[in-house]
Amino acid sequence: MAQTALPNFLPALPEMFLAAAAMVLLLLGAYQRGHHVAREISWLSVIVLVVALAMVVSFGLDRQVSLYGMVVVDGFGVFMKSLVLIGAALSIVLAIRFNEREGIARFEYPVLVLLSTAGMMVMVSANDLISLYLGLELQNLGLYVIASFQRDQVRSTEAGLKYFVLGALSSGMLLYGASMVYGFAGTTNFDVLAHGFETAEAVSIGLIIGIVFVAVGLAFKVAAVPFHMWTPDVYEGAPTPATAFFSVAPKMAAMALFIRVMVTPFGPLIDQWQQIIWAISVASMILGALAAINQRNIKRLMAYSSIGHVGYTLIGLAAGTPAGVRGILIYMAIYLFMNVGTFAVILCMRRRGRAVEGIEDLAGLSRSQPALALALGIFMFSMAGIPPLAGFFAKFYIFMAAIDAKLYVLAVIGVVTSVVGAYYYVRIVKIMYFDEPAQAFDQPVSRELTAVLVVSAIIILFFFAYPAPIVGAADAATAALFPG
Amino acid sequence: MENFPILTLVTFLPLAGVVLILMLRGEAEGVARNARWIALWTSLIDVALAIALWGAFDPTRAQFQFVELAPWLPGFNIAYHLGVDGISLFFVLLSSFLTPICVVASWTSITRRVKEYMIAFLVLETLMIGMFCALDFVVFYMFYEGVLIPMFLIIGVWGGPRRIYAAFKFFLYTLLGSVLMLLAILAIYFQIGSSDIPTAMSFAFPKTMQTWLWLAFFASFAVKVPMWPVHTWLPDAHVEAPTAGSVILAGVLLKMGGYGFLRFSLPMFPLASHQLAPFIFTLSIVAIIYTSLVALAQEDMKKLIAYSSVAHMGFVTMGTFTMTIEGLQGAMVQMLSHGIVSSALFLIVGVVYDRLHTREIARYGGLVDTMPKYAAVFMVFMLASVGLPGTSGFVGEFLALVGTFEVNTWVAFFATTGMILGAAYMLFLYRRVIFGVITRDDVRLMPDLHWREVVVFAPMIAVVLWMGVYPSSFMRPMQPSIANLIERVQLALRADAVNLAER
Repeated sequence: MAQTALPNFLPALPEMFLAAAAMVLLLLGAYQRGHHVAREISWLSVIVLVVALAMVVSFGLDRQVSLYGMVVVDGFGVFMKSLVLIGAALSIVLAIRFNEREGIARFEYPVLVLLSTAGMMVMVSANDLISLYLGLELQNLGLYVIASFQRDQVRSTEAGLKYFVLGALSSGMLLYGASMVYGFAGTTNFDVLAHGFETAEAVSIGLIIGIVFVAVGLAFKVAAVPFHMWTPDVYEGAPTPATAFFSVAPKMAAMALFIRVMVTPFGPLIDQWQQIIWAISVASMILGALAAINQRNIKRLMAYSSIGHVGYTLIGLAAGTPAGVRGILIYMAIYLFMNVGTFAVILCMRRRGRAVEGIEDLAGLSRSQPALALALGIFMFSMAGIPPLAGFFAKFYIFMAAIDAKLYVLAVIGVVTSVVGAYYYVRIVKIMYFDEPAQAFDQPVSRELTAVLVVSAIIILFFFAYPAPIVGAADAATAALFPG
Repeated sequence: MENFPILTLVTFLPLAGVVLILMLRGEAEGVARNARWIALWTSLIDVALAIALWGAFDPTRAQFQFVELAPWLPGFNIAYHLGVDGISLFFVLLSSFLTPICVVASWTSITRRVKEYMIAFLVLETLMIGMFCALDFVVFYMFYEGVLIPMFLIIGVWGGPRRIYAAFKFFLYTLLGSVLMLLAILAIYFQIGSSDIPTAMSFAFPKTMQTWLWLAFFASFAVKVPMWPVHTWLPDAHVEAPTAGSVILAGVLLKMGGYGFLRFSLPMFPLASHQLAPFIFTLSIVAIIYTSLVALAQEDMKKLIAYSSVAHMGFVTMGTFTMTIEGLQGAMVQMLSHGIVSSALFLIVGVVYDRLHTREIARYGGLVDTMPKYAAVFMVFMLASVGLPGTSGFVGEFLALVGTFEVNTWVAFFATTGMILGAAYMLFLYRRVIFGVITRDDVRLMPDLHWREVVVFAPMIAVVLWMGVYPSSFMRPMQPSIANLIERVQLALRADAVNLAER
C-alpha cells in the first residue's frame, strides 16, 4: 500500500465538520448580541447536526479505514452515528424552551452538545484503542459540564461533580486495561489485534485482565450494574434536557463502542468475556426492574429504567452473534424514540412556571391533558414490552438472538424481569388513568415539544406496521461488523 | 371473492370506528352519545361480516380458509398470515357477537369518559378477533398480549372500589404466563425455521423438547383459562370490572386459553399432551369440585359466577385432553356455550347492580313478584349454566363427559359430581335472589327489564336454545377440523409407540 503524505481525510469528514462547526458557533455566540442568542445558536446546531447526518449517510456503507488505521467507517458506524446525531439533535430541540424558562439559556449549551457529539462520533468509528480513548474523553468533558449546567443549583453541580469523579475513575480503568492489552499484544489497532487473536493458540492471563478492565470501563459508560452508581444521581440532578441527552446519545455511542471492541478485536476470545457480559446483563436487568419500583422521582425512575434496558441489550452482546448485534441495534433505535418521547413528556410537567418531577404529579393526567397522557401511556407500555408497540419488537429481537445462541437461562431471566419491570411502567399508566386528577400542567405545550412527542409516539405506535426501514438498516449495519 | 381479504376486514374494521370516535369534537354530552352510536354500528357491521364469513365457510374442509399471507418482518420467516378453520371460526363469531352486546349493556351504566370506553372496547374487539385468526406465532402473540392493554384500562378506569389491585393482578399474572410462551415460540422458530403455525402443526418435535414447549405454553394458557391453582386473578378481575368488562373477560378472554390448548398444545405437542393428560385431568377435577364448593359459599353474585366460570372451564380442559372426538367437540361447545351463558349471567347481575348498586345476594329476594321478565331471563341462563337438556350447557358438558368416560371413568365420575354441585350453587343463587319475600322497599321499587335490556338478552337466549336444540349447525363446521386434529395426534402417538417398540 502506497502511503501518501497526507492520509485520506474524507471518511472522518463528518467528525471534523462537527468540531469545526462547534468552534464557529462558539465564536458566533460570543460576539453576537441580543436576547435570542441561545435560541439562534441552538437551531444552528440542530442544522449542523442534520448536515452531519446527511454526510454520514451519504458516505455509504463501504468499509474504509483511514488516518493510519485510527478510524474506520462502515455500515455499523453509519447506523450508530445516525442514532447519536438524531438523539443529539432532538435533545437540543427539547432544551431550547426549558433552558429559557429556567434562566439557563446560554449559547454554550448547544455548543457543548456538539463537541460531545463529535467525541461520540469518534468513539463509534474508533479502530484503535487510542482513538477510542480520545473520543471518549472528548465526549465526557462536554457531558460533565452539561450535567452541571444549572450551576446555581446544588443538585445540578453535585451531579456534574459525581459524573466527573466516577467518569474519571472509569476512564482510568479503561486506560489501564488498554495498556495491559498493548503490553501483552504489542498493538493497539483493532484489526491487528483481531488477527493476532485468531491465530494465537493460547491467551495470556495478562491480556485477559486487560480485556476485563476495558470491559469494566465500558460498562461504566453504558451504566451497567455493578458500575451504574452514578446514573440515578446524575439523571436526577442534571437539567432535564441534559438528562434526555445523557439517556440517548452517549448511551448509543458507548454501546456502539462496546459492541465494536468486543466483536472486532476481542471477538475471537468470546469464550473469555461472554460470562462477564452475561453476569453484567443479569445484574442490570434485575436491578433495573427492582430498584425502580420504589422511585418517586420520574427522572430517577428513568435512570433505573435505562439500567434495565442496558441489561436487555447486553443479552445481545453476550450472544456475540450477528443476530445479537442486530438485536442491539434495533433495540437502540427504538429505545432512542421511546426515551426522547418520554423526556418530552417530562419536560411538559410544569406547574405555575416551575418544573415538577414527582411521579404522583402525573395523577389524572388522562383527564386534564388526554393527548399527553396517551403519548406517555404509549411510551410506558412500549418500554414494558407489550405488543404491538415497538418496545415489544426491541425485546423480541434480543430474545430471539438469545434463544438462537442457546442462552436459555439469560432469556428466562430476561422475560421474568421484564414482567417485574412492567409493574413500574404500568404504575405510571395507573397514576395517569386511574387516579383522581391533580392540578393540570401549564398549557400550552410548546410547539417543539409537541412535534417531538408526536413523531416519537407515531414511530413507537406504528413500528409494527412497517418495520422494514429500521430492521433493514440494522441488518446492513450488522453485516458490516461481521464480514464474510 | 376468493382473494378478498375478509379476515383483515373483520379484524381491523373496529379500528375504523376508533378513528371516527377520535375525530368527535364538541360538548361532552353529544360526544358521548355519538361515541356510543359509532361503537354500536361498527360492531354491528362487524357481526354482519362475521356471519357472512360463517356463510361462506366451507364446512366440509378441515384446512384453513380465507387464508391471507403477506411478508412482514424482513429477514425472518415471519409473515402476516391469517386464516380460519372450524375451530377458530366460532371464536371469531363469539367475539364479534359479544361486542355490540357490551356496547348496548353499557349504554346508560357508563357515564364517565364514554369516548375512551368505547375506544377501549373496539380496540379490544380487533385484538380478540385478530388473535383467533392469526396463523403466525408472532402475529398471534402480538394480539394475545395486546389484549392486556385495553383490558387493564377497562378494569382500572371503570371498575369498582378495588379496581387498581384487580387490574394489576390481572395484568401481571397473565403477562408472566405469556412471556414464557414467547420464549417457547422463539424456540419453535429456530427448530422449524419459521413462525408459521400450520408448518409447526405438521412438524414432529423431538419428545423432550415437546415437554418443555408444552410446559411453556401451559404456563400461559393455564393462567388465561384459568386453571386451578392459578385462577385467583379471575374472581378479583370479575368483581371489580364493569359489567361489560366481565362479559368480555368471561366470554372471550378465558376462551383464549382453551383455544390455545386446542390450537397449539394438542396438535404440536401430541406426545407431551398424552403424557401430561393425567396432570390436566387432576387440575380440572380439582377446579370443578373445589371451585364449585367455593361458589356455594359466596355472598357476592359476581364472585359466585366467577368461580362457576373456573369450574365450567375445568370441563373444557378435561374434554380437550381426552383427545377424543367427543371430548374435543364437547370442549368446543362448552366454550361457546359458556361464552354466552356466563356473559349473560354477568349482564343479569349488572341489571340489578345498576338499580341497587350492590351485588350482595342477601340484599335481594322475591324479585319474581316485581320483575317477572327478569326472573324468566335469569331462569333460562341459570338452567343453561346448570346444563339442563335443551340448552347449550347440556350439549357441551355431556359430550365432554362422554369423551372423558372413554378415557378414564374415575375422572368422569368426579366431574359428574361437580355438575351436581354446579346445579346446587346455581339453584341456591336463583332461590335467594328471585324467590322468597321482598323485605326491603328499595328492592320492591326496582323496575323490570327495560326494552334495551330485553334487546340485549333476546339474541343470547336464542343462541343458547339453538345450540341446545340443534347443535349440528355449530358442530358440523368444526367436525372436519377436529377429526383432522385427532387423526394427527393418533398418528404421532402410534409412531412414538412403534419407535419405542423398535428400540
